[in-house]
Amino acid sequence: MATKPLPIKEKEKESQLYQASQWQLIWWRFRKHRVAAVSGVIIIFLYVIAAFVEVIAPYDPSAFSPLYAYVPPQQVRVIDSEGNFRAPFVYGLARSRDPETARITYEPDTSNIMPLKFLVRGDEYKFWGLFKGDWHLFGIDAGPRDRVFIWGADRLGRDLFSRLVYATRVSLSIGLLGVIFSFVFGIIIGGISGYYGGWIDNVIQRLIDFIRSIPTIPLWMGLAAALPVEWPPTRVYFLITLILSIIGWTGLARVVRGRFLALREEDFVTAARFVGAGEGRIIFRHMLPSFSSHIIAALTLAIPDMILAETSLSFLGLGLRSPVNSWGVLLQEAQNLSSVALAPWLLIPGVAVVVTILAFNFLGDGLRDAADPYGD
Amino acid sequence: MLSYIFQRVLWAIPTLILISILTFIIIQLPPGDYLTAYVAQLSETGETVDEATIEILRERFGLNKPLYEQYWTWISDIIFRGDFGQSLDWNVPVADLIWQRVGLTILISFLSMIFTWLIAIPIGVYSATHQYTVFDYIFTILGFVGRGIPNFLLALVLMWLAFAYLGINVGGLFSPEYTNAPWSFRKFLDLLAHLWVPVIVLGTGGAAGLIRIVRANMLDEIYKPYVETARAQGTAERRVIWKYPVRVALNPFISTVGWALPSLISGSIITAVVLNLPTTGPLLLRALLNQDMFLAGSFILILSVFTLVGTLISDLLLVWVDPRIRFS
Repeated sequence: MATKPLPIKEKEKESQLYQASQWQLIWWRFRKHRVAAVSGVIIIFLYVIAAFVEVIAPYDPSAFSPLYAYVPPQQVRVIDSEGNFRAPFVYGLARSRDPETARITYEPDTSNIMPLKFLVRGDEYKFWGLFKGDWHLFGIDAGPRDRVFIWGADRLGRDLFSRLVYATRVSLSIGLLGVIFSFVFGIIIGGISGYYGGWIDNVIQRLIDFIRSIPTIPLWMGLAAALPVEWPPTRVYFLITLILSIIGWTGLARVVRGRFLALREEDFVTAARFVGAGEGRIIFRHMLPSFSSHIIAALTLAIPDMILAETSLSFLGLGLRSPVNSWGVLLQEAQNLSSVALAPWLLIPGVAVVVTILAFNFLGDGLRDAADPYGD
Repeated sequence: MLSYIFQRVLWAIPTLILISILTFIIIQLPPGDYLTAYVAQLSETGETVDEATIEILRERFGLNKPLYEQYWTWISDIIFRGDFGQSLDWNVPVADLIWQRVGLTILISFLSMIFTWLIAIPIGVYSATHQYTVFDYIFTILGFVGRGIPNFLLALVLMWLAFAYLGINVGGLFSPEYTNAPWSFRKFLDLLAHLWVPVIVLGTGGAAGLIRIVRANMLDEIYKPYVETARAQGTAERRVIWKYPVRVALNPFISTVGWALPSLISGSIITAVVLNLPTTGPLLLRALLNQDMFLAGSFILILSVFTLVGTLISDLLLVWVDPRIRFS
């Protein structure tokens, strides 16, 4: 009797498996891929940050103060110098000048305890450029000139954490937007190439070969350098994204074409054609849904390349420029060896880049494996 | 096979023409022309240029001709006379500036590729033959991390670590006393002493990806019957692995050499800026920032041509290595 319930459960599972839709199967398979699932959570977390930048950043990213140039990251503590346990706080800064190098150095001032507060009013901002507000997720409740730098300050005394949070929005959205541009080009051109075949296919394939044979970075650099310096940041932002997609679409076009070629000969497509379905209907109703999961995987894998390209260009000073914050713009400050030696925390944006790229790669790998749930 | 080679070489010609047109477009993209920049430069130093002189100069440089004629003058000068135009920024012919730098770029890219192979092939083969062992996992993790770290960031971190903890500056390719010295054996040794940093930085990123490819290819091959046959015949294990499946596993890999070279040359540009190498990267960047377009364009043209040649060579290499392609 004791063994009986088990087979029923197994059977239920099996029938569930047979009844599951394609997307359910993909989801089950994706969940099994632990690293990819964790990466997915990290990416969702990053995009949430990117969505609520104004609230999460404690300060205006452009607010500078020579008083705070190169403040090292302040440690958030819960135990004070006398060993008492208290709510999270940071010590104030004791400023002193190094007698030899004339550099200003900062030491924690243990007599000045500045408690960290959750939800405080601070610098004014316009949320998404639409709604005015001044609430911030955290900050210190102290004099108007006291500030907290959990990840240190840069050359001009700007809060690195706030800048990094703002940069996350720009860098992540460039990745997404660039992939959307490439996707539109790629799916149209790759689709035409794979669906019609013949000489059109040949011409498009040669074009793709040609674009891919040009070394990307010099081409991007050449195009980005042509953007006038006096243009408004938003226009530069869009054009940089467009420039990155000029090469990005070729990879996606290949994936789309390969899928089209494979599916063109499938029975269900022939059947649809016999029934008299128009070409548009065959493509969008019959073919596209059966490989949309592959496209999503390819798109996810294309995002980190976009992000990296933007970071590289901005790092070289050819992409976005301050006051716009992107990871590349922030890393540009770390280009100078002596400033990195002086302020190693300027490399923190690099950690953000690496984490994001790894997360996207793992997620993409997981999605690619899950994209075809009918295999073994 | 001969017809295949002929076809491939023939295809390269229209591609070259397209590349040159694209480069010319990039040269023409920034607002204004060579002369506006020149005049701006002159007036910066205090000299004034009147309209008539500008018109004469415009005539002399052929800037009032239609674009296709300008393109033809530019490209025919390069092809027939090796004349890439004048660098505005440096005030010398472009040809005098580029060749040594292009040579060093190719040397570094080539060495990095060899370095990539030297570490990726043995590690990939080891990972496949010792699947799911401790070292396989370690190499897998290192491979993924290597894939996530952009080269220029790795260079930045290495430079910072060397500077902060060892007190040395690993940038550059030559010690100061050799920078402007003529080539000699000592200068060559000095070059070797500096070369390893960029080679390692550029090589690791590529190696990380290649290890995965070699491992996957090897895993596809080593369980095939022909490997078992070799083993059954009493061939030594080392020979079984290296003589048969490795050769097959490396095929797809040779076909990607052509793709590896462009990304290496591309990647080396940013890394070179960080490491301050006397290669094309920093000069190209400076030329672009200063809108010294003939110099920038020449770099883009030459790098693209070398990439194309690299792809061509790898295609031909694949035909030579893989008889299945040769005879089909």
